[in-house]
Amino acid sequence: MGGAAMSRAGSADVDAPILGVEGLVKSWPSAAGRVKAVGGIDPSIASGQVVALLGPNGAGKSTTIDMVLGLAAPDGGSVSILGRTPRAAVADGLVGAMLQRGEVIRDLSVRELIAMIASIYPRPMDVEQVIDLAGLQDAAEQRTQKLSGGQAQRARFALALASDPELLILDEPTVAMDVEARRGFWSAMRRFVARGRTVLFATHYLEEADANADRVVLMAHGRIVADGATTEIKARVGTHTIRATLPSVGLTGLASLPGVISADRHGEAVILVCIDSDAALRELLRRHPAARDIEVSGAGLEDAFRRLTGDEEAGSPAAPIAATEPVEVKL
Amino acid sequence: MNGVIYTRYELVRTFRNRRFFLFSLAFPLILYYIIALPNRAAHDFSGSGISAPLYYMVGLASFGTMTSMVSTGTRIAGERQSGWTRQLRITPLTPRAYVGAKVLAAYATAALSLATLYVSGVIVGVGLPASVWLEMTGLIVIGLLPFAALGITLGHLLTVDAIGPAMGGTVSLLALVSGTWFPVTHGLLHDIGQVLPSYWLVQAGRVSLHGQAWGALAWVVVLGWTALLGVLAALAYRRDTGRV
Repeated sequence: MGGAAMSRAGSADVDAPILGVEGLVKSWPSAAGRVKAVGGIDPSIASGQVVALLGPNGAGKSTTIDMVLGLAAPDGGSVSILGRTPRAAVADGLVGAMLQRGEVIRDLSVRELIAMIASIYPRPMDVEQVIDLAGLQDAAEQRTQKLSGGQAQRARFALALASDPELLILDEPTVAMDVEARRGFWSAMRRFVARGRTVLFATHYLEEADANADRVVLMAHGRIVADGATTEIKARVGTHTIRATLPSVGLTGLASLPGVISADRHGEAVILVCIDSDAALRELLRRHPAARDIEVSGAGLEDAFRRLTGDEEAGSPAAPIAATEPVEVKL
Repeated sequence: MNGVIYTRYELVRTFRNRRFFLFSLAFPLILYYIIALPNRAAHDFSGSGISAPLYYMVGLASFGTMTSMVSTGTRIAGERQSGWTRQLRITPLTPRAYVGAKVLAAYATAALSLATLYVSGVIVGVGLPASVWLEMTGLIVIGLLPFAALGITLGHLLTVDAIGPAMGGTVSLLALVSGTWFPVTHGLLHDIGQVLPSYWLVQAGRVSLHGQAWGALAWVVVLGWTALLGVLAALAYRRDTGRV
């Protein structure tokens, strides 16, 4: 596998990042003037990584992916895949993608459909191998118009694999799937990654990014608001709330506990919003052994986005404790 | 890279679409038997110089094959709507190969339509030397080129909802003006027909008369429309894919 990958990538660009992106900008004309969908983002990706592009709907994930694939021309900035333009990378079969929307054509079996697409590429993956990787063994002889929703998504995944790509791009691949289909899909993706390949996938589920990516690029309003190892991002966006019954203790002292962002009181209960709930809980129990009925819960991604982007109009009412202190964001 | 296998599967798909075949083959055949059978003794049909069975064989063949060719547009519009063409744009498949496969599939269905009408023609009483069959077929194949380009153009311009009525209407009008249903030998319709490629499709049946169905005008009209619609098809394709 590695040998084929090397010879295909060519010796000149072995050190090149698999995906190099520089200052991508894209805007659209609208009634209210030009709307900036994506502004100056740089999510470059090294070989062998699984990267999640995480963000709410309308964050600019799909637009970014369209520009990476050459489906949309950026207004500014550039994209290179293993040192090539997106079009050249597509022509060489170096990049495969599963777009957000789309149906497969009818009147072919799954195996025939994969063979049809594989035949277009210079060095395709073996059709049987694609079927195995995508987990389509049971559906291989079925006509494409008779597939279940999950099977149809896996068939689209198979088409993205057909070129045996170095970089696989998935735009919200599990959006129409039930829990079972999701599990099957991600294990199929892991089988592909085990071959030493790189994956960039867009999602608006933190859990999906957490479970399947090494690195998370967090997008909101067309900008990258955070970028780092999954655990790091999770700690940053995945704040936890500690709720405990603890009468007659001052809020100021509680708010200064390690890992705590803010504290609030509802009658006998105190609520601590934490960036590091483990550290906060240890210290809370050390200083206040009387605390009882302790609950720790994760905060929603929406709250995290609001805090990271300082967006006050994101829909749901503001959290009881306004966590307005700026979170440092490294781009 | 390898458009051959891709094209082969495109053909397989086309021939598996039974509903399409049923309608595009059966309709001209049924009409042929209804119109030509009662008139099978007419040796010089309405001043056309050729027999009614031959006249309608070619007339309905032009109708059936035109329908086959423009149906490319229906398929393209459908694949645009379903997102399939977008998926293909992230493969090395060239627009030329994509369109080429579609046109070839359209010609394959047109050939089947032509063959069933030829067989019916022979059953009803058409008898021609082999060379005339061949030459007539050759002219029809060439005369269908503008309709291949028309299908591609409309497929990239219209939505799935609009394309059915648009194509049905276009083909019906062209068939009427071009003499599919009755010979158009003089008057305004005749003058209009002369500059339409569909008219010359119907005229291909006159090969049996004196060996030359198409004069210089016919070639200019057919090739001119092919060039014009070919350019339009390319423009429509560019406009369609340039917008993301």
